[in-house]
Amino acid sequence: MTATTSTSASGDLAPEPEVTFTIDGVEVAVPKGTLVIRAAEQIGIQIPRFCEHPLLKPVGACRQCLVEVSVPDREGNLRPMPKPQTSCTLEATPGMVVSTQHTSPVADKAQHAQIEFLLINHPLDCPVCDKGGECPLQNQAMSNGAPESRFKEVKRTFPKPIKISTEILLDRDRCILCQRCTRFQDEIAGDPFIDLQGRGGGSPGMDVHGLHAQQIGTFDEAVLGYIPLGEEEPPDYADSLDLASPGGAAGVRGGAVRSVGAAATDVSGRPFSSYFSGNTIQICPVGALTSATYRFRARPFDLVSSESIAEHDACGSAIRVDHRRNVVVRRLAGEDPVVNEEWITDKDRFAFTWQSAPDVLQAPMVRDEETGELVATSWSEALAVAAEGLQRARTNGGVGVLPGGRLTLEDAYAWSKFARVVLGTNDVDFRARVHSEEEAQFLGHQVAAAEMDVTFADLERAAQVLLVGLEPEEEAGTIFLRLRKGMLAGKVHVTTIAPLASRGTTKMRANLIPTPPGGEAQVLDALAGDGDLSLDEDVTAALAQPGVVVLAGERLAGSPGAYSALLRYVRARQARLAWVPRRAGDRGAVEAGLLPNLLPGGRPVTEAEARVDLAALWEADTLPEQPGRDHTQILTAAGSSELGGLLIGGVDLSDLPHPAQAERDIRDAGFVVQLEVRHSLVTPYADVVLPVAPPTRKSGTFLNWEGRPRPFEEVFTTHDISDARALDLLARQFGVQLGTGSVPEVHAELAELGGWSAARVPAPEEPAGQITPVSEPTEAVLATWRLMLDAARGQDGEPHLAGTAHRPVARMSARTAANAGLEGHRKVTVTGPKGAITLPLVLTPMPDQVVWLPQHSPGSSVHRMLGVTAGQTVSLSAVTAEVTS
Amino acid sequence: MSTLTPVLSDIWDKERSWSLQTYIDQAQGYEAWRTALRTDPAELITAVKDSGLRGRGGAGFPTGMKWGFLPEPDGGPRYLVVNADESEPGTCKDIPLMMANPHSLIEGVAITSFAIGCNHAFIYIRGEVVHVIRRLMAAVEEARAAGLVGTDIMGTGYDLEITVHVGAGAYICGEETALLDSLEGLRGQPRLKPPFPAVAGLYARPTVVNNVESVASVPGIVRHGADWFASMGTEKSKGHGLFSLSGHVTRPGQYEAPLGITLRELLEMAGGIRDGHRLKFWTPGGSSTPILTEEHIDIPLDFEEVGGAGSMLGTRALMIFDDTTSVVRAVSRWNDFYAHESCGKCTPCREGTYWMKGILHRLEAGQGTENDVDTLLDVANEIDGRSFCALGDGAAQPIKSGIKYFREEFEQGMHTPAWELFPYEANAVFSGVTR
Repeated sequence: MTATTSTSASGDLAPEPEVTFTIDGVEVAVPKGTLVIRAAEQIGIQIPRFCEHPLLKPVGACRQCLVEVSVPDREGNLRPMPKPQTSCTLEATPGMVVSTQHTSPVADKAQHAQIEFLLINHPLDCPVCDKGGECPLQNQAMSNGAPESRFKEVKRTFPKPIKISTEILLDRDRCILCQRCTRFQDEIAGDPFIDLQGRGGGSPGMDVHGLHAQQIGTFDEAVLGYIPLGEEEPPDYADSLDLASPGGAAGVRGGAVRSVGAAATDVSGRPFSSYFSGNTIQICPVGALTSATYRFRARPFDLVSSESIAEHDACGSAIRVDHRRNVVVRRLAGEDPVVNEEWITDKDRFAFTWQSAPDVLQAPMVRDEETGELVATSWSEALAVAAEGLQRARTNGGVGVLPGGRLTLEDAYAWSKFARVVLGTNDVDFRARVHSEEEAQFLGHQVAAAEMDVTFADLERAAQVLLVGLEPEEEAGTIFLRLRKGMLAGKVHVTTIAPLASRGTTKMRANLIPTPPGGEAQVLDALAGDGDLSLDEDVTAALAQPGVVVLAGERLAGSPGAYSALLRYVRARQARLAWVPRRAGDRGAVEAGLLPNLLPGGRPVTEAEARVDLAALWEADTLPEQPGRDHTQILTAAGSSELGGLLIGGVDLSDLPHPAQAERDIRDAGFVVQLEVRHSLVTPYADVVLPVAPPTRKSGTFLNWEGRPRPFEEVFTTHDISDARALDLLARQFGVQLGTGSVPEVHAELAELGGWSAARVPAPEEPAGQITPVSEPTEAVLATWRLMLDAARGQDGEPHLAGTAHRPVARMSARTAANAGLEGHRKVTVTGPKGAITLPLVLTPMPDQVVWLPQHSPGSSVHRMLGVTAGQTVSLSAVTAEVTS
Repeated sequence: MSTLTPVLSDIWDKERSWSLQTYIDQAQGYEAWRTALRTDPAELITAVKDSGLRGRGGAGFPTGMKWGFLPEPDGGPRYLVVNADESEPGTCKDIPLMMANPHSLIEGVAITSFAIGCNHAFIYIRGEVVHVIRRLMAAVEEARAAGLVGTDIMGTGYDLEITVHVGAGAYICGEETALLDSLEGLRGQPRLKPPFPAVAGLYARPTVVNNVESVASVPGIVRHGADWFASMGTEKSKGHGLFSLSGHVTRPGQYEAPLGITLRELLEMAGGIRDGHRLKFWTPGGSSTPILTEEHIDIPLDFEEVGGAGSMLGTRALMIFDDTTSVVRAVSRWNDFYAHESCGKCTPCREGTYWMKGILHRLEAGQGTENDVDTLLDVANEIDGRSFCALGDGAAQPIKSGIKYFREEFEQGMHTPAWELFPYEANAVFSGVTR
């Protein structure tokens, strides 16, 4: 190592100045700025606490963590502070002497007193409380409280519970007002839909005098006497809800947000529409916040907890799955400082019933030759029928392989190997969504087998982050939280190339480069210093500095030339790039070579050396030499009998650019073998259906967007088999030992496979695409992406969660609406070649002649209902019956 | 023998004492402001430091030193916020002052703002006193029309805006950081300190928060000099102050006198305890200051001596209770106030006042149980010094001091209602019943 680098390295890692002080007679050295309560933990002293949370700012509200403190004065004489201090707000200073409950009778008595105070108005309903058994109040009342209360008076009670959203319920009499929930919503999620209201301790009994008695609540006109400014009628979205003030009837929704200004309103009109609200339940130190799903369902001490990884997005968040008698009853955030810290999205937390839905496939099925119906059968028969059919299809034009994007790395590898070795084809593509050849090239060139570069930690400290084709709050919630954290710390500036400033964009205080779909390549070229588009100079200059972190979403596949321009920008400006897909298995699929041009480990199909390597490892004579068909081409070829059959799994037709055409193609395909967890739209056309295990019933590894392996073990031990094992069994019917029967086998083979340092897939060089020109005033270019909570099948069976989804609306600029004759209209009909979607109209600052729709929400499944994808044109028309006066 | 020293209250008895004209004609109004505008701000701060003026809002922190805590100017705004949210039970000095002579405050605001480099001052006034709010706002208008505040004041290039902000009736908003949150439009709850307001106060900018009477005392110091001010009062508690006598005195009201005057002297001026009764107990500075008894009647009312007697000078709100008063009842009413006004942020104040309310009402009704007095005292002890802000500490004082001096009365609450021991009709000044 040269002197230069070592200097800079030590400069970067210069240790924080240390502070040495004493806790209970033990000398501690901690970095400057460390709170006493943290320092105490380091030496194994637990000071009781409620409001304190390591990831939230100190507040000092509950007063539980009082300790006695002395500090040296200027002459160095130790002077005791006159009052006990809250160790959660006190920074350690040199020479400070702290006495906790272990050495100070005053601190111990003060802590006992706070517990007693907290319990006087607490219902002590632990036997029926969800939190009982895992409750910080319960535990610390045991460890730091008196065995009996001296309180003889009548307790303060509230009607219970308040439904602050369809998912979150609040029992105010259990609440100890620590403000962890409100602070989380404000500081972390940026959705401050709940706050403290009222003041004081209130009155005994049910005698609730309005807001006398401080309580947590949603914004509620009925309570706060708020009268909306202006003359406009409040929008209709809240009208149908049952509303109650905190003093009102129990068990109904707590309030409505009406026209309260941009800050408090979301388009759903719901008071607690936060994608992260479930975290408040987990950090609540008492049982005040409960979820509608889990409330009264189980006792913590009856549950078995398994560590796992969330399957709903590409972030790979750590979760804890709690189950009882082979039923998952809840999921919690796992703790992983390098990935999700202690937070997960509500989708990761609440959307788990899909894995045990009634339509989960129980047994293999084959189509009865006489009746044409699928009938349950044994694995051996199903495998035999499948193998025979696939063999026939292979000789009859070949088999297309469509594995979907939800596989573990191990399963993806098995699919990839099965396609190449058993079916002898490169007609394999995991991209069950809008995709392009340019994207396949980009993935092969840039993403596959790339070393981990951009990480979550970078999102907290990169000076400039550029988002393109990605809405983190909707598509990768953990990224959103990290970016917002970095922004709030004053370290990160986010810029996004998007058609409009979404709520997430606003909450990250991101710069918006307003860009209609299809215009991304031009903007990227302009940022690279090319092209004639002129952008804001400050933004351009900031993004011209080396070291910009670029997060590119998979939606760029729908924008011709965007991936090529992205690579040009990254090279020209020495930026760092990460590709952020939507699904948990997407990154692993790229690694496993589930693409027509790519073999495992980033090996190009067209490289002879790569094929020879793999053929040797796989003990195959040869591997197919030509790049295969992509997802759409495979379906088309199968539908037209160019291909003899399909091996398909994990494909939701609604995600595809042309769902109806895809369905016809699968119907017309020769022989179809489906590997699936649940019945799907593909099942009616399958000749053989092989049930495979959902994530709870198998082990494996997701690669998250960083490329970080996220291994997880099975939650339930069952006889269910994973994709990899099913394919291993199927391969045996062909006389092939696939060697993917277990996770360790796959890992051994992946280790043997090793890396690839020779030629990669060349970079795509598509010219920058153009925004589709719009000729008529009633036409607009379609912008669309998926909302986190939408009509996806992964959220099936969870109505409480669905109730917190953002309401589907259509967005366009005021001028676009005026041009299309929509002034004064509250709804708009958007029409495409296949049909129309009618949604409430929300005027939004965005480029003219662009309309945004949610891609796959209830009542707005764009691909299926309109027959168009992002960047294509649609027409706008009024809904005549909906004209306002 | 101390005598009255009417400075702030000097023209309260003049016709239309609240008008600008009266202030100018009768009290050389705004002369000090003219002088100050020609003075180096640093000299003004020095003068206030030298005068020994200590905060009149209760804590008695040296005013000049508080101003001196502001960091060096960085080009950004600095604020003066006047705490006019007078809400302490018994305290009634700032409201009469703003009612009778609002210009004395406005002149003080102008000089203080100039001294600390502030161009926008806020007066946060209690919401219930609508008539006073109107009068104060009218006075600010008058001063602006006369060119005494506004832009380029008297051609000096100095600008000053004064905003009168009306609170919404929460005692907690008299706590300076809660006041700042409330002023910013947030929920009024005390802030975590540090940072202190001098560093990051209103809108996270350097801010001085001063009491009405403190600010109104500044013009006199500028007009007559620091020595004049320091010539009044005692060694460490200098100057004049408003002493507000209320309760069982013959002539309740405002008595402006040098700090260090005794209750005996004040009672003599006020015509003594009402006829036929003896002093039983009193508060030196509002309900948050521990009560004192007849034995403390000759204590000089300054910060040190009252502190030495186990209480606090506070706001010099002398609530006088004669021998018809039930201590339990008085303490219970005070605690009702604190229970109602606790902001709810911290556990001991919120829950402790709730609990004490239950015990005190039981004792007042003669239904106390054996351990009630000990429990009550223990609860008060565990609020005092454990709560987030001084409100909790204040709430504990009446109980702790009440039990200290009159424990037997609390113990009588185990068998006899307070209204039998001390018939309430006899206690009420206006009931006509005196026995």
